[in-house]
Amino acid sequence: MQQVLSIAKKEFFSFFASPIAYIVLLVFLAASMVTFFIIGEFFAQGIASVRFLLEWMPVLLLFLAPALTMRLFAEERRTGTFEVLMTLPVAEWQVVFGKFLGAMGMVAVALAFTLPAPLSVSLVVEEGFHFDWGVVFGSYLGALLLASTFVSLGLFASALSRDQIVGFLVGLVLCASITLVRFVANVLPAEVAEVATWASAWFHFENIARGVVDSRDLAYYLSATFAGLALTAAAVRQGKR
Amino acid sequence: MVTSSTSMIAIDNLHKHYGTTHALKGVSFEVPKGQVVGFLGPNGAGKSTTMKILTGFVEPSSGSVKVGGIDVEAAPVEAQRMIGYLPESNPLYDDMMVAESLEYVAAMRQVDVNVRQSRIQSAVERCGLGPVFGKDIRELSKGYRQRVGLAQAILHEPDLLILDEPTTGLDPNQIVEIRELILELGKEKTVLMSSHVLSEVQATSSRVLIISGGQLVADDTPEALTTQSSTIDIEVAPKEGTDTNVKKLHDIFAQVPGVLDVNDGRELSGAFSFRLRAGEDDPRRALFDAMVREEHYILGMHQEQQSLEDIFRKLTAS
Repeated sequence: MQQVLSIAKKEFFSFFASPIAYIVLLVFLAASMVTFFIIGEFFAQGIASVRFLLEWMPVLLLFLAPALTMRLFAEERRTGTFEVLMTLPVAEWQVVFGKFLGAMGMVAVALAFTLPAPLSVSLVVEEGFHFDWGVVFGSYLGALLLASTFVSLGLFASALSRDQIVGFLVGLVLCASITLVRFVANVLPAEVAEVATWASAWFHFENIARGVVDSRDLAYYLSATFAGLALTAAAVRQGKR
Repeated sequence: MVTSSTSMIAIDNLHKHYGTTHALKGVSFEVPKGQVVGFLGPNGAGKSTTMKILTGFVEPSSGSVKVGGIDVEAAPVEAQRMIGYLPESNPLYDDMMVAESLEYVAAMRQVDVNVRQSRIQSAVERCGLGPVFGKDIRELSKGYRQRVGLAQAILHEPDLLILDEPTTGLDPNQIVEIRELILELGKEKTVLMSSHVLSEVQATSSRVLIISGGQLVADDTPEALTTQSSTIDIEVAPKEGTDTNVKKLHDIFAQVPGVLDVNDGRELSGAFSFRLRAGEDDPRRALFDAMVREEHYILGMHQEQQSLEDIFRKLTAS
């Protein structure tokens, strides 16, 4: 476990040591704020709620996660440090899990930077009304869970390629598929539609965002994340063949 | 744990296929504890592949590979604990400082926290990294980069060092420094190192393995390999009144016991020179006798042991 944490720490600090980190964070924050204030017409609406922002989190995260994970394996393969890593006395799953945790740390920082939005909105609530922190809490939790699934898929994409850009694009496609399958459900026959809806990450996010943390939604995210990480470990092992 | 009866490396009938390419074709060898082995071979012969399999980076197609008695395929992590590895091209984490990189490797190698700092310091001292300890790895010269890679390979004090072309790309001064370091390390550890610099292998190793086209073609001490054959440059002149030519002399020399080949026969102003190849037996006395019989003068006879380079070229020419 200590080795897992060493890897997580290294990835986390290494990420923030590079200028790319700040560009990614900036773009994410800018997109979040544009979504909320401009697209969501916050000022016009006159409602002290961050609901709109949180509803769009899946789309924002679906770009953020691959951007964070794209280099985690691809860059090591490209520079050759993958060979150093794989000849250290550490199991593949530990390497995968360590990088996963490092990436989740990055996501947490990105999400933390959006906190000023609900915080400042809560300050402008009119007398007699309260700001619904329950929904905010639920939504951020949902965002973290959603992000964990996206990050595991992004890691898988990174493990498949030597090229960061390819890693990003494949990760984006995987995350988008698992999210948007919900919308495809509209055009599918009833039985398949139900499965499609259930498989969609967005569906489960909506549930949690309402402030209700259902064990089924948790189970979905945990199994989806686990599946993503298992695929990543398999991809890493395949590299040794 | 490595007991005195276990070999440090035991490879048996190792095969590796990359798609349709048969990269390793039944390589077998054993390395006892404490030996320093030079691993030679042309590019693409299978040296790096063998090393990557030993270090658990690549999986073999078939055959058994054991490090310190532990099967690398069955228990890779345990085997990797015993090994310090410097890969070809020495990949490093460029965005880290030297100190950070060594700390990271020490943590990953699970070097006991209490001794971690002293182990790192000792590796830094041995590899001469003092002046660059706080620098970013991307700023370092090739020589220093190599030393960082070496420091990373030794800081956990492994029993076995596997070094893939540790002196490639270094200038002559740096090569000497690394070579001395390897000699020093070789006194306490088992070392398997690959190289193109044959003189270096001769200087550091007590045993040479030559691999070509995926197979071992030589396994012996450098001395034994180089005394296997020699060249003799001989220049003779016929006595006044006697007569000869290149063809006649060629046949005479070819008959002398111990002479394996007769080449480069030339005539220049009445003298004839040849380059002969001899095997393990020294034919010089027989050559002398032969010339006496023919009534020719020997103007010059010089024998030279084949260099390791000649052996290498001969064994690995495809």
